Amino acid sequence: MPADPAPEVSDEIRKTTCYMCACRCGIDVHMQGGRVKHIEGNRDHPVNRGVLCAKGAAGIMQHRSPARLRAPLRRTGPRGSGEFREIGWDEALGIATNWLAPVREKHPERLAFFTGRDQSQSFTGWWAQQYGTPNHAAHGGFCSVSMAAAGIYTLGGAFWEFGAPDWERTKLLLLFGVAEDHDSNPIKIGLGKLKARGARVVSINPVRTGYSAIADQWIGIAPGTDGLLVLSLVHVLMTAGRIDLPYLLAFTNVAHLVDQDPRSPGFGGFLRDEEGRELVWDPERHRAVPWDAAGVRPALAGTFNVGPTHAKPVFQLMAEAYLDPALAPEAVGPACGVPAEEIRRLAALLARTAFEEEITLERPWTDFRGRRHERMVGRPVAFHAMRGISAHANGFQTCRAIHLLQMLLGTVETPGGFRFKPPYPKPLAIHPKPHHKVTPGKPLDGPHLGYPRGPEDLAVDAEGRPKRIDKAFSWEAPLAAHGMMHMVIANAVAADPYPIEVLFLYMANMAWNSAMNTAGTMEMLTATDASGEYLIPRIIVADAYASEMTAYADLVLPDTTYLERHDCLSLLDRPISEPDAAQDAIRWPVVAPDRDVRPFQSVLLDLGHRLGLPGMIEPDGTPSFADYADYIVRHQRRPGVGPLAGWRGEDGAAEGRGAPNPQQIDRYVANGGFWSGHVPEEAAFFKPWNAAYQDWAVATGLVDAPQPFLFQIYAEPLARFQAAALGKGAQQPPEHLRDTLARAMAPLPVWYPAPDETEADDYPLHAITQRPAAMYHSWGAQNAWLRQIHGENPLYVPGAVWEALGFEAGDWADVVSPHGRISVPVARMDALNPMTVWTWNAIGKRPGAWALDPRAPEATRGFLLNHLIPERRRDGTANSDPVTGQAAWYDLRVRLERVPARSRSEPRFPPQAVLVPR
Amino acid sequence: MTSLPASTERALGLVIDLDTCVGCHACVVACKEWNTTSGPCAPLSDRDPYGPEPDGAFLNHVHGFEAVPDDGPARVVHFPKSCLHCADAPCVTVCPTGASLKRASDGIVLVNEADCIGCGLCAWACPYGARELDPSQGVMKKCTLCYDRIENPSLPEVDRIPACVRTCPTGARHFGDLGDPGSAVSRLVASRGGFDLMPEQRTRPTNKYLPPRERDVDLLAPLLEPLPEAEGGFLGWLDRALARL
Repeated sequence: MPADPAPEVSDEIRKTTCYMCACRCGIDVHMQGGRVKHIEGNRDHPVNRGVLCAKGAAGIMQHRSPARLRAPLRRTGPRGSGEFREIGWDEALGIATNWLAPVREKHPERLAFFTGRDQSQSFTGWWAQQYGTPNHAAHGGFCSVSMAAAGIYTLGGAFWEFGAPDWERTKLLLLFGVAEDHDSNPIKIGLGKLKARGARVVSINPVRTGYSAIADQWIGIAPGTDGLLVLSLVHVLMTAGRIDLPYLLAFTNVAHLVDQDPRSPGFGGFLRDEEGRELVWDPERHRAVPWDAAGVRPALAGTFNVGPTHAKPVFQLMAEAYLDPALAPEAVGPACGVPAEEIRRLAALLARTAFEEEITLERPWTDFRGRRHERMVGRPVAFHAMRGISAHANGFQTCRAIHLLQMLLGTVETPGGFRFKPPYPKPLAIHPKPHHKVTPGKPLDGPHLGYPRGPEDLAVDAEGRPKRIDKAFSWEAPLAAHGMMHMVIANAVAADPYPIEVLFLYMANMAWNSAMNTAGTMEMLTATDASGEYLIPRIIVADAYASEMTAYADLVLPDTTYLERHDCLSLLDRPISEPDAAQDAIRWPVVAPDRDVRPFQSVLLDLGHRLGLPGMIEPDGTPSFADYADYIVRHQRRPGVGPLAGWRGEDGAAEGRGAPNPQQIDRYVANGGFWSGHVPEEAAFFKPWNAAYQDWAVATGLVDAPQPFLFQIYAEPLARFQAAALGKGAQQPPEHLRDTLARAMAPLPVWYPAPDETEADDYPLHAITQRPAAMYHSWGAQNAWLRQIHGENPLYVPGAVWEALGFEAGDWADVVSPHGRISVPVARMDALNPMTVWTWNAIGKRPGAWALDPRAPEATRGFLLNHLIPERRRDGTANSDPVTGQAAWYDLRVRLERVPARSRSEPRFPPQAVLVPR
Repeated sequence: MTSLPASTERALGLVIDLDTCVGCHACVVACKEWNTTSGPCAPLSDRDPYGPEPDGAFLNHVHGFEAVPDDGPARVVHFPKSCLHCADAPCVTVCPTGASLKRASDGIVLVNEADCIGCGLCAWACPYGARELDPSQGVMKKCTLCYDRIENPSLPEVDRIPACVRTCPTGARHFGDLGDPGSAVSRLVASRGGFDLMPEQRTRPTNKYLPPRERDVDLLAPLLEPLPEAEGGFLGWLDRALARL
């Protein structure tokens, strides 16, 4: 036995923020002898309260990974070979400047700058804006933009990043398409609380793993049919009159009058008075009045003549849409793979919990109309949804349908329901619109990403052609609020809508697991014109690791690990707020890099200075910021509002608003790396309508004036796009998109099936992926400890299919889609929708990548489904949600063919050279 | 052969809630990390960590099982497994060198690595497969219940618990004295029907498992009835509901 049973655990604890996934938990980094010894959760941290997941605890192996790059790299071999020589930073930044400067002077749009799982988007976006290219976004377009956009257009906030279940009070939680991520520890902590209280969890997911495994009820739905199930629940609740009418009347646009005259220029839009106020029908005065007129008790049903047109309240349109027997459980059950009885039981459970188990907090509050409420009454049903919903071509509308169900039950922003995290909720009206006006040598006219209100806000030219390389905010994806990174390479190579000069990627593995049509994408990256020039002439990649994408770079800018850098998790983009507090956090260098690498954000500031970008260079030619930490402290987005909200003002006494404080980062470090600004108790619920919350949000700098608003069951911006698709208005979509847009842009939530790209008989199975709880994309799959947990990813086959095809343990199958064929190992699983196969995401590797042995199982038996997924549909449009451009990963249909067992999966790729010699 | 204490002053162990474990492996990696960087048996080796057959020592594993009932959907249970610190630990009595031992003070089963010859008899004797031969050092390793944490005065009192318990995100792991019927863990076992793993092996394990709760759908709960047409159906309901507001 060891001598000392009570050793000193460490010399020192340094508290910073994890980056092993997107959760942003607080970590205690134990130091010994100046080195990182071990990492555990920070007990004081509001996100994880001391716990830490497998990824977080394996952070030390990420830090010590042999795949870490050592110095800037200049390509010496052909693209994709992985042959490079190490160079110095002066040379690297000189090369980058020489490539980027002339592009900026002549046609800045020929820089495509896309950042992957970036947590500094307000900064990288600002940099791209100052450079002047319209071609910037992060990875949201292939992640979950449909959730974000549906939430913003409907509720002014969305699942996960912008809201959370009321874990302390809810009695029933419904999870839709939630695997063991997004988010990780907060959901696990919350599920633990629910279990301890005996609350009920229902998971709707084709695959029963993790969270679904402990759900009290699992509904193994057919992929892509969640919206149909939800609208059937809506149907059952409405036909039974089991909806929260007072809530709908007080807090949603259910009474707004919608112009129903097809000849009217405002067809499909709300009626408004001369001051722009939306109108409702006052049945007592027999006329339309503003929605917030004193004492009005608006009509909810009927058709009313108003001026030259006629109109219906939103609720009338809802009744017409959702009382339709086509939505009865008996009608939708077969398509969903869910028995009608089960849908009816779920509807009854929702109604019983919401209306018979309501909870009351004795907390008076005052609404924006000035009405005082003696208590807060809540309906304890909470919802969470994630990529299983959003990665389908109907994801936006499905998410809208879930929000509709939440509103009918009166559960949004009430005790026990779904709660927003500051700075959300924020009404659509104060969100930016997309900006895309290019002036050579000058900044862009505003921030790239935003929320179009109608066709006039699209990023298209006078002929309707896309202005962005990814075609975000074009007629192909009008509400592409996070851009469409998954289309950049394919569009650039096709010079559609134009060619690019420089592709600049940060932390995005676009030559592998983040691309659709991976093999094709690898070919595109090396495709040349007649003269032998690459069709994408320059590729710069910034990453800390030797990923598959780095092999396709011409210039590699090596990043640090998360333990060696400053970062801010800012209220300007992706903070760490919880419903009861506005919160932000930092990372700081708990150790110095032991090699010639630099934090990417500081490198961008250096590049910005070299390029002379406004805001990054002083009149005397000196850099405006010494490094990213300096930017975090001194940059101001609006007067007094900067990246961090805590300890502002020269003495550090201000919160939210205040002058830059030179000691700000020290104060964060002393506080464990984060800041919390607590929402007053009176302001904690009913936030969109709560006067105390609105005042607090102004004082905290989240908004500049109170912004009360109504939830948008009927989304007028969608109606305006739908009207355009029907031929109305000046801006008109291309003919081939009319039918799609007319259907997808419905202003009330609808369900439509995935576009039929197959003959269903030939491809009877759905094929999807899920992310394991212990891994975050290819980053995690290279980790020495985590790869011993999930080193292989067989294709899981449901029992009935397994038996029908005569599979046995150790078998292999060809998986065939209309786009391609792969050969993979298979395994049986019964806790699975009977028409669905699936595998773990991002375990398969290209031989030689990530410093793994080329004989590693990840490179020999591992595989990607991505090879089966085309980036375009047969009609040439993006394989995406036609509303948001969200990559429709999970619309894949396949068939299986049993093949003789083999030792390597197909397709195979030549090894890439090991970028980091051992 | 090595003898077991007739009784122990305390019976420290884990209570693991199978109703709450989501199989996230947080406990597996926290254990690996603690016992690689600290801990009495550090380091836990990894042979070929980036190669074709990575083989590392892990003192804690999570297994997943499927069960397909005759009625209702298939179930998945995640089952964390480490040494159960048995009262009648066959791994101790089989040890030819005395390296395996059970402490009389708290019941923790340990290996004295200096005396371990790596013969593997304990691994054969353990019916749970909880022993782990370190691939590089050739000695047997196992869960120590983090005895270097649980009474370590250099740690804050709140952290004097095993690393796996400290990190568990769902709170599915509990640590305490199962020899004391009044302890929180003993009460939890009593209230939730905690059970011994493979009692027929007569090892009298200290660790207990809490079974997944039966939470079947209430088939008898009333369904929602459509609004009666005789009372005007949906519109009739709407009129009445609005009049009540």
